[in-house]
Amino acid sequence: MSVQLQKSQPLELTKQYLTAIFVNPIRYIARNRAGFVGCCVLTFLLLLSFIGPYLVPLDTQARIDKIYSPPSWDHPLGTDSEGKDVLSQIVNGGRDVLIVAFLSGLITTLIAAPLGAISAFFGGKVDALITTVADIVLTIPQIPLLLVIAAVIRFNNVYMLAFILGITSWPGLLRAVRSQVLSIKEKDYVEAARLLDLGTGHIIFREILPNMMGYVAIAFILATTAAVYAQVGLILFGLVPLSGHNWGVMINLAWVRGAIFFKDSIWYIMAPVTAIVLFQWSMVTFTRSLEEIFNPSLRSGD
Amino acid sequence: MAQAATQQPQMGGSSPRNRAARWAKNPIVRRLGKAVLTIFIAVTLSFFLIRLMPSNPIQVYITQLISTFGLSYQEASNMASSLFSIDLDRPVVLQYVDYLANLAKGQLGKSLISNGTPVTAMIGEFLPWTLFSVGTALFISFTLGTLLGMTMAYKRGTPLDHALTTFASIMSSIPNYIVAILVLIFLGVQWKLVPVTAMRGSLSPGVVPGFTWEFFSDAFFHAFMPILTYVLTTVGNWMLMMKNSTLSALGEDYVTVARARGLRDRTITLSYVGRNAILPLFTNLAISIGFIIGGAALIETIFVYKGIGWILLTSINQRDYPVMQGVFLCITVSVVLSNLLAEILYSRLDPRIRVPGSDN
Repeated sequence: MSVQLQKSQPLELTKQYLTAIFVNPIRYIARNRAGFVGCCVLTFLLLLSFIGPYLVPLDTQARIDKIYSPPSWDHPLGTDSEGKDVLSQIVNGGRDVLIVAFLSGLITTLIAAPLGAISAFFGGKVDALITTVADIVLTIPQIPLLLVIAAVIRFNNVYMLAFILGITSWPGLLRAVRSQVLSIKEKDYVEAARLLDLGTGHIIFREILPNMMGYVAIAFILATTAAVYAQVGLILFGLVPLSGHNWGVMINLAWVRGAIFFKDSIWYIMAPVTAIVLFQWSMVTFTRSLEEIFNPSLRSGD
Repeated sequence: MAQAATQQPQMGGSSPRNRAARWAKNPIVRRLGKAVLTIFIAVTLSFFLIRLMPSNPIQVYITQLISTFGLSYQEASNMASSLFSIDLDRPVVLQYVDYLANLAKGQLGKSLISNGTPVTAMIGEFLPWTLFSVGTALFISFTLGTLLGMTMAYKRGTPLDHALTTFASIMSSIPNYIVAILVLIFLGVQWKLVPVTAMRGSLSPGVVPGFTWEFFSDAFFHAFMPILTYVLTTVGNWMLMMKNSTLSALGEDYVTVARARGLRDRTITLSYVGRNAILPLFTNLAISIGFIIGGAALIETIFVYKGIGWILLTSINQRDYPVMQGVFLCITVSVVLSNLLAEILYSRLDPRIRVPGSDN
């Protein structure tokens, strides 16, 4: 009987998650109106950045008679300082930013989630060591540290940048995961598993982790937005010489070429700014839907 | 210290080892230890980053001296070592020890660009402005955020609550340098409400620091846009946190009891709900201070507000490594100290919260 119980419970949970993720996601996501809007905007931006470039090629033709022109039928988002189409730059400029952000979010989560879980689960000296290291890395201010690193190391490629962003931003997440595991650890079903002497591996992977999935997913999204923040900040001030067009480089060019102080250039600057703000906002809002999916106790009665 | 902390308290009480163990259990001592360790790691990091990277900045500077001034290698190397206050002929480990010893004496080296200016003098010139603008902004946004957050909690479900919640969640998800650019574009360029170029710098030329109206108004005039940016980007978080924490305080039994005792609503709002709701926010104060001071590098550069963040980016762009190193350390130390202050303040304010780390 007891064997039946401990085997079926994680299975049931997994089934619930699979239903929530694949079978009818829209129904779940639509429960939270803001979260639904966020999800739609996010999907739109992802499609725009990853499929858009195949449909709208990058415009490389300079038109000196059309510098900083306002939106028109030919150029729906206006033109830049060389008369190039802004819309094509927006479509082609998302991919690099998003790849770095997701990779770095992934690295952050991969460091923070297991370490946080280990720290909370074992407690004692292990916990003291991990939290002290996390506290120290957390206290050293991230942006100045990144600026100093960027001054000495040249970030030559996307992966390098993602790696540096990831290893400087895990401690905040680790703290959050740790406190979450601490609270789950005290739950009755974990206590029961411990009394049944099911072993540490079983307790961590079958009892605690499945209940952490939603939380880790949300943490991953927040880590991704933090990576966008740091990354675009570095690009904006020209410290990451990423070639090509991306949203950060567009703002950087507006800044370097003094377009910010030029009244007509408003359409050019607002395009990448809006894209970044929309991405950040939609990610944060989307987490609310996820919270409701993974945490049924938050669901309101209707 | 870690060893001493694990010592079991022995009988009798006053042997030196026992006293050390008791000291190590003291939360404030622990915090101080952690702060010192953090600063030490930042120091080490900044030293080895500059010394051991493939594109060694000191070597680059030496070759630059040789090619531009036609100095011999020895002369160039001597000049570089005096500017970095490092003896380049010694092994790296000894150089590191020297660097630490110099730091302990308060010597951070000299600027490569503005020849010979000690880095400490530059920090003394620029740091006060960052502390002033960040401190003022934090005070304004914390006060405003908690007040608005409480209002939202009391008027929950009304259009006012929805409007403020939407505002707060949007504001807290926009990167602060983008808010800064938007402030610059709209207030300064598009609507021409503020004279952007006149507001650059930290003081107008000719204004001397002192207890005069002219000085204070000029300081606020120059700090206006950075402060506005910090407030706009942080107030949303305070509002949302305060709303949640007020809502949970409202559900507590002591509020019901206070109501049953017939206390006035004002008293309940201020001394029962407000006081308890505001406590959890103090833990976030520490993280928030670090984030704002760290982000100040970007914000100050956008507004050309001459604080410590501006000089950090300027020194990076000019490849002025001693200044960069010193300023990075200075920023880290200010964040560590303000964290320490916030944590001690918090443990004084809320006796229920035991110090994390001491409860095993």
